[in-house]
Amino acid sequence: MDLSIASVLLVDGITSGAIYALLGLAIVLVFAVTRVIFIPQGEFVAYGALTLAILQTGAVPGTVWLLLLMGAVAAAMDGAGAWRRHRRVMAAARAAGGTLLVPVLLSLVTVWAAPHRFPMLVQMLLSLALVTAFGPLVYRVAFQSLADASTLVLLIVSVGVHFAMTGLALVFFGAEGFRNPSFWDLRMQLGAVTLTGQAIIIITVSVALIVLLWLFFERTLYGKALRATAVNRLGARLMGVSAHAAGRWSFAMAALIGALSGLLIGPTTTVFYDSGFLIGLKGFVAAVIGGLASYPATAIGALFVGIVESFSSFWASAFKEVIVFTLILPILFWLSLTDKHAAEEH
Amino acid sequence: MKKFKIAVAAAVLLAASASYADITIGVSLSLTGPASGLGIPIKNEIALWPKSIAGQKLDVIVLDDATDPTTGVKNARRFVTEDKADVIVGSVATPVAIPMAAVAAEADTVQLALSPAALPPGKDKWTFRLPQSNLVMAHAIVAHMKKLGVKTVGFLGYTDAYGEEWLKAFGPLAEKNGIKLVATERFARSDTSVTGQALKLVAAHPDAILIVASGSGAAMPEMGVVERGYKGKIYQTHAAATHDLMRVGGKEVEGTYVVSGPAVVADQLPASNPSKQLGMEFIQSYEKAYGPGSRNQFAAHGFDTALLLEKAVPIALKKGKPGTKEFRAALRDALETMGRTVVSQGVLTYTPTDHWGFPDDTGVMLKVVNGQFKVD
Repeated sequence: MDLSIASVLLVDGITSGAIYALLGLAIVLVFAVTRVIFIPQGEFVAYGALTLAILQTGAVPGTVWLLLLMGAVAAAMDGAGAWRRHRRVMAAARAAGGTLLVPVLLSLVTVWAAPHRFPMLVQMLLSLALVTAFGPLVYRVAFQSLADASTLVLLIVSVGVHFAMTGLALVFFGAEGFRNPSFWDLRMQLGAVTLTGQAIIIITVSVALIVLLWLFFERTLYGKALRATAVNRLGARLMGVSAHAAGRWSFAMAALIGALSGLLIGPTTTVFYDSGFLIGLKGFVAAVIGGLASYPATAIGALFVGIVESFSSFWASAFKEVIVFTLILPILFWLSLTDKHAAEEH
Repeated sequence: MKKFKIAVAAAVLLAASASYADITIGVSLSLTGPASGLGIPIKNEIALWPKSIAGQKLDVIVLDDATDPTTGVKNARRFVTEDKADVIVGSVATPVAIPMAAVAAEADTVQLALSPAALPPGKDKWTFRLPQSNLVMAHAIVAHMKKLGVKTVGFLGYTDAYGEEWLKAFGPLAEKNGIKLVATERFARSDTSVTGQALKLVAAHPDAILIVASGSGAAMPEMGVVERGYKGKIYQTHAAATHDLMRVGGKEVEGTYVVSGPAVVADQLPASNPSKQLGMEFIQSYEKAYGPGSRNQFAAHGFDTALLLEKAVPIALKKGKPGTKEFRAALRDALETMGRTVVSQGVLTYTPTDHWGFPDDTGVMLKVVNGQFKVD
């Protein structure tokens, strides 16, 4: 190993680490607000990348039908809920219609736009919008009625949601993998380091998103409401912050971050319907390093995971995954020794 | 009146024996999970199977094993206990097909494996494989490397059973032919980058790199190696011999050598190739049903399964009726003794000691030229 190899591996590690950081942040965000350990975070990555890939071919992506399906289920649940409360048809219809509005609008736009083959940027925005719309629906269908259940129950449901989402992805996207065209075919030589345009985009977008998230939580009312829910659900409700709305918001943001990560890695690798899981799991390792609570620690943990992964793929490629996931053991051990509030929730 | 009674009795008897004599085929395929890209084409091909063989109606039951060995075994048990299957077909994933062989052997039922399932000696008494063994395909690659004067080779393969078995088949064969394996690297299908592995491979300066991956997963590692400035020859295995390689890899996989069974390139084979005609038949029937360019290795194995049964079943019928132990044993014996059988993927000759069947010269080397496979 010389300096040039080390620098290539370092850049590669930071690039994957940036993606893991985004996913890790989304997992921490969802956990903080809803106490759901969101295993299916990686699925949004695959959904995002595959939606764009299919839009590129000029076809209507399966995401549309899935979105309508989920929207219909969520609308039925909302409608039934409103009927039980008010016993009026109008109220039920209004509740159901409100939930169904966004998915139907997005689907119509996509069905209209798909054959036109708009420029890449438009297709990317459309993919982002489609996948982001899944977030609140997943929360509504799987988690909202369990908002007060224990973390363990939520985790089990979360694993179930992961299996459902992977299975549906196979139905709607097919078994074959896709690779998206590169956004920026740049190769830059900086001393011993070769930077590709894609790596620069990934790192820049990740940093920008982390800054945006920070601004959102520090400076906006919605962000503060989410933080309040994370700190104390009951207190936040007494202050007029809806826990359900907070849940939907956090899931929408998680879906957006996942879809964005998918668009970012799409041009660098082949994405399959089930690719997201392992990528999401590495984000989860990063989130665990951050104690499922600290955003900066998660980001640093993600870079660490990415760099370890890159170097172990050079030294012992057959054991790469083993090395990455074994890392979590000493870290958990250290966290459990230093964490003084372990018994708080019980 | 008497005549009528006899006629009714005969009809009832006939109907009873006919329904009893249906040949039941239990098919376990990976329709979901990582190997679904392999299983789905076979399911498509099964839809095109003949409805009867030698006057016996075929009763085909297709179950999904989700690329999961436990589910595969459960399916196989269901086939032999509830469905009283005469033949078990599948699975298309090696790790699933291997444990299914034990169930087949226990129930004295023939298993036609759709994957190159390696079993310890003596354990494959009831198992016959449709795909070429990795060793047969490795022969084609090594011969081609020798022809081009390749002296050193790097290996970049999946971390799973497919990668491992290729390494075991290819490594010793290459050494024997004076080709040195200078680097052995692994990756997983879900990896987002192979930068580390590519750096190491490129640093070893091999004349050629063998990439062991399947379907659309085969393009990413190759592009990773090329991106790191590798200029030598690149070989891919038969699991990569689909159009997905070019669909995903585009211009960067130009010039790749891919080993394949004869079926997918039957239209380019010389007329002297024994599989030419059946290969063409497979391509025409499959592409008529599923569109131009839809041909693939795996569906061809499904096509060959029907060919084998069409030859073996009439022989076995002489010894017993479908649904009986005698028929199942006779079917096994027929497969072993019926001799040379030309199929779309080569020429199969099963013997009591060889349940793989294909000779070493079965593999066809292809080259990617202008985004199309050309026989090299």
